[in-house]
Amino acid sequence: MDWQAFQLSVRLGAVTVAFLLPIGILLGRWLAFSEFRGKGLAEAALALPLVLPPTVLGYYLLVGFANASPLGRAWQAIFGEGLVFTFQGLVVASVLINLPFAVQPMQRAFEAIPPDIREAAAVSGMAPLQVLRRIDLPLAWPGIVTGLVLSFAHTLGEFGVVLMVGGSIPGETRTLSISIYDSVQAFDYSAAGMMSLALLAFALVALATTLALSRKAIRSRG
Amino acid sequence: MADPALVVRLRQAGPIPLDVAFECGGREMLALVGPSGSGKTTILRSISGLYRPAACEVRCNGSTWSDTESGAFAPPFRRRVGMVFQHYALFPHMSAAANVAAAMGHRPAPERGPRARELLALVGLAGLEARMPHQLSGGQQQRVAVARALARDPEALLLDEPFSAVDKATRQRLYGELGQLKSRLAMPVILVTHDFDEAARLADRMCLIDHGRLLQTGTPGDVLARPVNVAAARIVDLKNMFAARILSHDANRTWLDWNGRKIAASPHRQFAAGQRIVWAVPSTQVLLDRPVAGRAGQGENRLRGIVARLATLSESTSLAVRLAGADAPELSMTVPAHFVRRTGMRQGAKVAVRLLVEGIHIMDGEHTQQDGKSATPPSGFHRAAS
Repeated sequence: MDWQAFQLSVRLGAVTVAFLLPIGILLGRWLAFSEFRGKGLAEAALALPLVLPPTVLGYYLLVGFANASPLGRAWQAIFGEGLVFTFQGLVVASVLINLPFAVQPMQRAFEAIPPDIREAAAVSGMAPLQVLRRIDLPLAWPGIVTGLVLSFAHTLGEFGVVLMVGGSIPGETRTLSISIYDSVQAFDYSAAGMMSLALLAFALVALATTLALSRKAIRSRG
Repeated sequence: MADPALVVRLRQAGPIPLDVAFECGGREMLALVGPSGSGKTTILRSISGLYRPAACEVRCNGSTWSDTESGAFAPPFRRRVGMVFQHYALFPHMSAAANVAAAMGHRPAPERGPRARELLALVGLAGLEARMPHQLSGGQQQRVAVARALARDPEALLLDEPFSAVDKATRQRLYGELGQLKSRLAMPVILVTHDFDEAARLADRMCLIDHGRLLQTGTPGDVLARPVNVAAARIVDLKNMFAARILSHDANRTWLDWNGRKIAASPHRQFAAGQRIVWAVPSTQVLLDRPVAGRAGQGENRLRGIVARLATLSESTSLAVRLAGADAPELSMTVPAHFVRRTGMRQGAKVAVRLLVEGIHIMDGEHTQQDGKSATPPSGFHRAAS
């Protein structure tokens, strides 16, 4: 078992989720409650990581993050190091590819709040931020947690994008799934087996949790 | 009205057409009544700031809530308005008391709990403070919604079809409670409803709304019995509407020629002799007499006919009487169920009816149909009979 990779994966998942919590809430709430031209296109763009091969995503991110690219240059200017083959680069890639996993459940949860309840909050004297804190978040929390759990689990399991953007630098970019691949390449099947089992168990627990939360959300609205 | 507390003027061409202007006194209950989709709820939402029409002016107790001309617009949370939603819109994750306290952001935190209990007691829910909305009956939820609306210490109370989601028995009880509550409130109350009986029972005045336009404002009795025109009469479902001609006026009567029948009405001197008009009589102003040999058809507004249809409702019977004559018009009326039982009234029975002079209302109107034919089908009767 590659504990360093395990630790790195968990750290990557935690940081990704920490970024996705506010981003997902803001994007999900915006998509749920706003109507604008091109909303369908925006939603489609957001869902792209669900259907594109991870290598394609990884390729675009690698090109986009490269030191010659505008984003790469800007990042280099601000933080003093590049995005490619670094943990920071992995975090940015991970946040981007996990957007649909985080935003979609949150958006659905916000959409499920009956409009008259939010309007009742407004005429009860709640300012928009209070409506968010006292109405939206308490009613949408199962969707929010689902989004975070799915993103965390997906980050732990992501392979193609991580390999393209991060490579396999121990302690920096070698995550659990990369380590499994490396172990198999090195014929260390027992390590690969252990780590695969750990990921399998975690994915099962994550999915069971999200299903339980959706059931709870449905029940509480019953 | 000497000093209107709430002044509302709204106008826009679309997407929801609106063209209304009305005022509501400081202790008055004004009902906005009209068919579904007539724009009543949109008017209420415009008052609360949840909807912003193209041109709007809403003032309450001297403060401006909306004024398109000056660009003033207070968002809903800045308006001191209490609103009861059609399906109550209680916060499902909060107890009854927390729902009420949630509307008390303007009060210091320590006051909110005691005040919420006080308001719940006022609406008869003492002891149910800790219940969650889904643990309350429809009537109880409605009362929590009223308590929450009052918790805002509103300057105006807006009620959006507040009785539509409860059963009939509960509704009757809630009418009484709202009537009592209203006498204790010193604020304008706007009630949106499509139920004319509800408006007549609760409101001081009513505005008849259709397609976003204000057709008529007045006391419920006036609006329901004396609609300004045929369109208004159709909306209030005035059953007996017929075309006729003005025959003449004398000291205390206006006489109508209704296909050869001479009908007496209270004076309506604004119509010239010979003018074609539409007259109407509410079904409550048509009296049914048992036929008495030799007398039927005698006397003022006394007409003979036969019972064309009977429809028995819970406590009353709806009757259509086909009058004698070549045009065979049908008059609709409602009689107590026991009258029908006592007299053995049945289809085909010969009867005499009398139209109360003071009940006859004359309108300018369309003359699209021949004299003597009903200007509008007695739709209510057909619905009841089918």
